[in-house]
Amino acid sequence: MDFHPHEWKFRGEAEGDRRRARLRRGTARAEAPPTLDLVLTIDQATYDAIVAHAKRDHPDEACGVVAGPEGSDRPERFIEMVNAAGSPTFYEFDSTDLFQLYKDMDERDEEPVVVYHSHTATEAYPSRTDIGLASEPNAHYVLVSTREHGNNDGPVEFRSYRIIDGVVTEEDVTITPTEESTP
Amino acid sequence: MAIEVRIPTILRTYTDGAKAVEAEGATLTALIDDLEGNHPGIKERLIDNGDLRRFVNVYINDEDVRFIGGLDAELADGDQVVVLPAVAGG
Repeated sequence: MDFHPHEWKFRGEAEGDRRRARLRRGTARAEAPPTLDLVLTIDQATYDAIVAHAKRDHPDEACGVVAGPEGSDRPERFIEMVNAAGSPTFYEFDSTDLFQLYKDMDERDEEPVVVYHSHTATEAYPSRTDIGLASEPNAHYVLVSTREHGNNDGPVEFRSYRIIDGVVTEEDVTITPTEESTP
Repeated sequence: MAIEVRIPTILRTYTDGAKAVEAEGATLTALIDDLEGNHPGIKERLIDNGDLRRFVNVYINDEDVRFIGGLDAELADGDQVVVLPAVAGG
């Protein structure tokens, strides 16, 4: 597979240093809204949809996005994507689908609050490739591992991370009851 | 000749946070060179060894440039260029 794990990593440390400096001054939030709360809050129905997708596509990796209003940090609109790589060890959104996804989100003033994918033979922790290619500094990167039960019923590992400037930070996942009125 | 270029979040460090900037050029190569003039450093994030980076997608008026000539793709006044990093991993 032709990939460059550090494709999207910032060149040098300049950006990271500037961001950390802003964090120390407490001004980072103004530029990048509430992205650094180290918890993913997600409703039960969306959680279940991600898990179901991962189980269905096993042994290939499943992938998708949960979009939400820009700056809200609320994952509200579940969007299953096709893994164009169709692979047990790699995932990639199809380029035309990717364009349509961002166009739709742009029109709705949304951003990708969650970017999820599954690992089908390894733990739910970002691989070096995941880290090198992570390009949404505001997103929660959710990893689901289906290695235990594959396509069958049974628990899965469901974990969430921030991946910024090549640095992985795991965060808590809080699952909230789905409101009946939510479409 | 003005062409709107939409900038993804991760590259907005080069555009002072702007989501879109204007640039000029009759081809994608010329456009990226023009961008580099105003936003130094951005070219290296788009191009590697004379080619578009594997995990960078560029679209001209909704069309992936890989299908319309890559860096030689032609541009006209009023076109819209969108840059999106691939969403991919292992």
